[in-house]
Amino acid sequence: MAKEKAPKGIKGWAQGRSLWMLHFCTGCGAIEMPPTMTSRYDMERFGITPMATPRQADLLLITGYLTVKTLKRVVRSYEQMPDPKYVIGFGSCTVNGGMYWDSYNTIKRLDLYIPVDLYIAGCMPRPEAIIDSFTELIKGIKEGRFDGWIRYRENIEFYKRNQAMVMDIRKWSLDTELAERIWNEVQEERKKRFERATVPHVYELAERIPEGLPK
Amino acid sequence: MNAIGIQIGWIIFMPILVIIMGLLYLGAARKITARVHNRYGPPIYQNIIDVIKLFSKKRATNHGVMFSLGPIMAFSGLLISLMFIPIGNKALLSFNGDIIVLLYLLVIAPLGMALGVGEGANPMGTIGIARALTLMLGYEVVLVISALSVMLYTGSASFMKIIEAQSGGVGHWFLWPLFLSALAMDMALQGVLGEKPFDQPIAPHEIASGPMVEFGGKYLGLLQLYHAVAIVVETGIMVNLFLGGGTLFWWFVKSFTVFFIALLINAVMPRFRIGQAFKFFWTYPAAISLLGLILVAILK
Ligand code: SF4
Repeated sequence: MAKEKAPKGIKGWAQGRSLWMLHFCTGCGAIEMPPTMTSRYDMERFGITPMATPRQADLLLITGYLTVKTLKRVVRSYEQMPDPKYVIGFGSCTVNGGMYWDSYNTIKRLDLYIPVDLYIAGCMPRPEAIIDSFTELIKGIKEGRFDGWIRYRENIEFYKRNQAMVMDIRKWSLDTELAERIWNEVQEERKKRFERATVPHVYELAERIPEGLPK
Repeated sequence: MNAIGIQIGWIIFMPILVIIMGLLYLGAARKITARVHNRYGPPIYQNIIDVIKLFSKKRATNHGVMFSLGPIMAFSGLLISLMFIPIGNKALLSFNGDIIVLLYLLVIAPLGMALGVGEGANPMGTIGIARALTLMLGYEVVLVISALSVMLYTGSASFMKIIEAQSGGVGHWFLWPLFLSALAMDMALQGVLGEKPFDQPIAPHEIASGPMVEFGGKYLGLLQLYHAVAIVVETGIMVNLFLGGGTLFWWFVKSFTVFFIALLINAVMPRFRIGQAFKFFWTYPAAISLLGLILVAILK
């Protein structure tokens, strides 16, 4: 099977010029979206409009910290979006945990769980930074540089494993068989590594050093 | 033989023209709304880009046969009704009574959508369809009574005859003698077009774009085309009945003007609740159109 490629040419151009976004308003960053949408910064200039459902969206915005509970919904929404799809991690919280670096119930690195195409650093990023990232994304899509959904499909085991470390993925995945298998594996491993069976998942995650991210 | 060939050529050419014009209407709508909101707005061809993107998507969720047939049924129902609307003095299918056929055909599209959405089994979609059908019950009455007064006035139920009766300049338009009916129809048109304050079926912040909620990729692309054609067909009814048709160029200018008025109202209005919208249609516009009909019947 030929390796799937990111769209180029007229398809890439159309994809870049018409990004429909689903902004997953999790953290404080969501407050910067209204100015970006309305008169002052007007992102509709670039063809970017907010969409109501994941089925119609191309771009997933994670605006801020993600609790483990929300991560389930994010993964579910991400898997429902039709390819090609892109993810922007918004704010320091998605990069390395930000000011929630030692929180017990937020995840620290978003790209361990879903493939992130672009990060916007800052706590919180100004609308100028958001517009800047959008133009960068549009440029990259036209050149076929971003291919997050292909990475996700090719490294599905890696991502599912990481997801299984923090949450019960069996109910939250589209591919239930794979989720079931990986969930069981992770449980086995956990029993071997810890004598006490009831170690909270997220403590374990904090200790865990990510082994080789996919390219 | 040659005449038939030309006719077939028009039948193929007209939908393409209408789709492109409709998409440009939608793009212009976004631009104008943006200017009203003091924004810069997307380019006018933005909706054409959107459609190219949607059709180039590789995967789209499908919930079953009816789910994919629904949008197709809606779109083709609309294309058939397009055949009955004379655009630029060019009726593709014309006979006495085509207005009545058209009014029936306009119902096919929402029903097709309802079937597709039903299979999607998303509660938001179901609410959206229920609202769309309720709204239809509201505006259809006004639409039919207004059309009836025009038919009574000319004594004909054919678009071509009515356009002929209005030929000879602005002064001959039915807008002037049948002002009340025209006013009522324009109010109803706001609901037909689904512009605010009557956009309850697809309220994006309330019910996540209603009937469209489960559609993505090429299905959504088809629905975009559907929406584009629908605007031209629906404003076309108004243009042919009250604004005297016209050549291809002037026809589109008039139809865009009708759409433009709806847009300006749309840009500054909030949304009614569905009950309020229904009540509105069955009070003021219905009363005005009935008054118009009675006046025509008495004065004729
Ligand atoms: S990066 Fe800062 S602004 Fe953004 S969610 Fe985290 S704490 Fe809030």
